[in-house]
Amino acid sequence: MTQVVVTVMPRAGVLDPQGQAVRGALTQLGFADVGEVRIGKRIELDIPGADPEGTAREMCEKLLANALIEDYRVERA
Amino acid sequence: MTTVAVVRFPGSLDHDSAARAVEGLGATAVEAWHADDALPAGTDAVLIPGGFSYGDHLRCGAIASRSHIMGAIARHAAEGGRVLGICNGFQVLCEAGLLPGALRRNATLSFVCRQMNLEVADAGTPWTGGRPEGALLSVPVKNNEGAWYGDPATARPVLRYAGGNPLGSVEAIAGIANTEGNVMGLMPHPEEACDPLLGSTDGEAIIGGLLR
Repeated sequence: MTQVVVTVMPRAGVLDPQGQAVRGALTQLGFADVGEVRIGKRIELDIPGADPEGTAREMCEKLLANALIEDYRVERA
Repeated sequence: MTTVAVVRFPGSLDHDSAARAVEGLGATAVEAWHADDALPAGTDAVLIPGGFSYGDHLRCGAIASRSHIMGAIARHAAEGGRVLGICNGFQVLCEAGLLPGALRRNATLSFVCRQMNLEVADAGTPWTGGRPEGALLSVPVKNNEGAWYGDPATARPVLRYAGGNPLGSVEAIAGIANTEGNVMGLMPHPEEACDPLLGSTDGEAIIGGLLR
């Protein structure tokens, strides 16, 4: 088994209201110069076989990410 | 008599009110179970009701859209059969690729629960009961991820929110159909607007698309 980490993020240009809400809260806490805040998800997978990253990318295409609104990145843990 | 299959996933909530609305219009409602590979015998049309299928995990509708029954629903739609997705059912149809676009978190980050007026934007589909463009339908909205995102040119916007766009949908779209018009999805709940006791019967114009 190889542990693979998939990071799914809202696509650039797609409104991220969660990120905006957190940015507003950080500003109120005194982090006035914080720039853009974006919130996504991290998915950890244990994948067998010789090409775990390839398998993870196939999983992203089929289920883990929605290409219309999300980008994903695959890396070994 | 028209037979409408009302799909049930783990976490579906509105199947009973959807079935009651369908039967109120004189059709027969039968249950389609998510794990089955075929629709019930004699199914004429399919209704995917609202709820939180599979707990809304990963993305709303994502896991339900990959369930067994969806293959049968895709075949039904490809043959021209009518399919209506309400709220979570709309999210499932978008995730399944039977309708274009995706539903995102409401722009206000708040759960919106209120009666709204929907304006008919396309009178040429079965889903507005022959009401002319510009006519208003009073139907309740109750969702947290109801902001439709996509390219309206790839679909037929059928209903838009009138008097504001509290969810943040592209072009205030409340409901869209595929270009053929036989598959329709909307975030508002027409099944909750089919009884005078609930303050509106305008939902019958939308649910009625399953029958004609």
